[in-house]
Amino acid sequence: MNEEKTPLWRDERFWQMAGQVLIVIILLIIISYFGNNLNQNLEQLGIKFGFDFLDRPASFNIGDKVITYQSTDPYSKAILVGLLNTLRVLLIGIILATFLGIMIGIGRLSDNWLVRQISSIYVQTLRNTPLLLQLFCWYFAVFLKLPKIENPLTFLNSIYLSNRGMDIPWPENTTKTWLSLALIFISIIVSLLLWWKRLKLIENEAKSGKNLLYIILGLSVFSLLILIFGLDWKIPQLNAQIGFIKGGLNLSPEFATILFGLTFYTAAFIAEIVRAGIQSVDKGQTEAAKALGLKSGLILQLVIFPQALRVIIPPLTSEFVNLAKNSSLAVAIGYNDIYAVANTTSNQTGKAIEMLLIVMTTYLIINLIISSIMNIFNRLVQIKER
Amino acid sequence: MFKNKGNFLLLTLLILVTALTACTQPTNTTKTETKPTATNSRLDTVKTRGKLICGVNGQLPGFSFVDQNGQYSGMDVDICKAVAAALFDDPTKVEYRNLSAQERFTAVQSGEVDLLARNTTWTISRDTSVGMEFAPTTFYDGQGIMATKASGVKSLDDLSNKSVCVQSGTTTELNLTDQMRKLGLSYIPVVFDDADAIYAAYQEGRCDAATSDRSQLVARRAILPNPGDHVVLDMVLSKEPLAPMVVNGDSPWFDTVKWVTFSLIQAEEFGINSKNLATFTNTEDPSIRRFLGLEGQLGTDMGLPNDFTARIIKHVGNYGEIYDRNIGKPFQLERGPNKLWTEGGLLYSPPFR
Repeated sequence: MNEEKTPLWRDERFWQMAGQVLIVIILLIIISYFGNNLNQNLEQLGIKFGFDFLDRPASFNIGDKVITYQSTDPYSKAILVGLLNTLRVLLIGIILATFLGIMIGIGRLSDNWLVRQISSIYVQTLRNTPLLLQLFCWYFAVFLKLPKIENPLTFLNSIYLSNRGMDIPWPENTTKTWLSLALIFISIIVSLLLWWKRLKLIENEAKSGKNLLYIILGLSVFSLLILIFGLDWKIPQLNAQIGFIKGGLNLSPEFATILFGLTFYTAAFIAEIVRAGIQSVDKGQTEAAKALGLKSGLILQLVIFPQALRVIIPPLTSEFVNLAKNSSLAVAIGYNDIYAVANTTSNQTGKAIEMLLIVMTTYLIINLIISSIMNIFNRLVQIKER
Repeated sequence: MFKNKGNFLLLTLLILVTALTACTQPTNTTKTETKPTATNSRLDTVKTRGKLICGVNGQLPGFSFVDQNGQYSGMDVDICKAVAAALFDDPTKVEYRNLSAQERFTAVQSGEVDLLARNTTWTISRDTSVGMEFAPTTFYDGQGIMATKASGVKSLDDLSNKSVCVQSGTTTELNLTDQMRKLGLSYIPVVFDDADAIYAAYQEGRCDAATSDRSQLVARRAILPNPGDHVVLDMVLSKEPLAPMVVNGDSPWFDTVKWVTFSLIQAEEFGINSKNLATFTNTEDPSIRRFLGLEGQLGTDMGLPNDFTARIIKHVGNYGEIYDRNIGKPFQLERGPNKLWTEGGLLYSPPFR
């Protein structure tokens, strides 16, 4: 009523706010103390803080690279090469781990005894051993034990598997290749549009839309032909005498190790999330679907899984983020991810703090992007209340 | 309500600004005082602590290696022991920290280790921009290449399009890049953080060759399953003077490590070793008397016991003994440039005067 007359020290809101301000001040004092301490130490050692070293030539070489890179390129480019290597592992790893995880998770609930046991053993072993150990195991016990390069495993005379990695045919960087890729891309878009139109036809006018189906089929054959003949494929060629494979794309054992390690490790966690998600759906849903006469595959696909997704996606996000962070273990098996390159850079330049900041910010941005994409998915699968 | 909030924010800001300025002011004034002087040098820190914290490799036979009993041995380890012997008359008063090539400089910068004796090459950038201070070179090395006999690699040209195992963050990584760039050849570097991983991968045939300091290659070859199948090529890619180091800007501590290292060399030049040390106690030679602290105040003046050289020789021996014990006998490696200057080598100590 007469609120204005309440003295300040008896106002509860004042004390709440004052408490918060106090905590902020204490935090800032702590941070500025450490910042000052750091600054002072650096000054004492005669080290200057700054990022201008990024323009200097890196003068070290990188084995795995997606873009062209030479030792004369600046440190910033070396870091970019590392970042692309990290992203390469992340993207493929997240996709593979999700598929594998869903399969194992469903397998854990399978009616088949053997499938259930295998899935269970898979999850228990991979989830309960350290990732670093698994990486060493993949690297030294699997990929480096493949045949030597002089005598590789060969498929169709164009794919080679040895302990120097896998060599596969890869299109060359020419205008012809890019033109063909553009054509394929366009035909995929056109096909999708036609498919959508056909669905509309079926829904609205009750027509079969067969003609459109034929056009889509024709487009697919066309794309396939372009894919095979239009691109400038470089087929790897083995020179057994000097132990060298020329041409094509080499996927190094280090890349394979970090990819397999992360995929199999994360899939074990995803499997458990999927299992929990499926079990969270009420049993009545399965029984109702059965009563309607749906087959068990269709029940899972149409009834259970869409509802399970609501429970699955939030923890899945944190598994993806974990995968991103765990990829920094690549340094142990010699894969040049951003952390490994940053390590080398900080060692050659002595700019440890600057490089730590760069790497931390990079991982932070990557993970925030992952989280926001997953949040969009999450919003899509949640129940829409009307 | 809104007005109140605005006032509140203003007040908060005011408090923050005063707090921050209060924080920065005193540190600004103390900055000049914290320059290391004789009173707050690491030398005193180590003396009060009663033991030396020494950063070593720990994975390199001949330089620093942990044996089956958990005991450290090697050239670098003996440098740590020499410093401990000089300070405490007890070579066991050392705590070893295994550091990777990546960690080593940060460990010195942050003061985690007092001294780094970790087969580290002395370069201008490490000495200046990285903030290190290098003691005299304890081992003159050069970069070499090890390859399997079967690979037929005989020179750098043969490494074209081959893969080479190398340790990240080392000068060898940079030298190899430079040399191959000069020849205009491409090669595939396989870079590991861990020395053990390099040779494990090399052994499995992941790389056609491995590159590192020659002494390291020789030592590593000896512990490969079939040493006879591998050759350390007869060429030297670069100069690799390996030296112990301390942090920049701490003269008393730097002087200690520097002169402990020199005393090892000087002792050999005088012909004093751990066995005949006792016979020198009543020597007439004034320079030896000064060196052993029987005369003058060389040790006391730098804040060390006056007989610090005698302690070092008693517990660790002179340079020649250290070399033979760790490198010469086990790996049959000639001393080469690591001989005394009087015998045509590069080891030379300024006078103890």
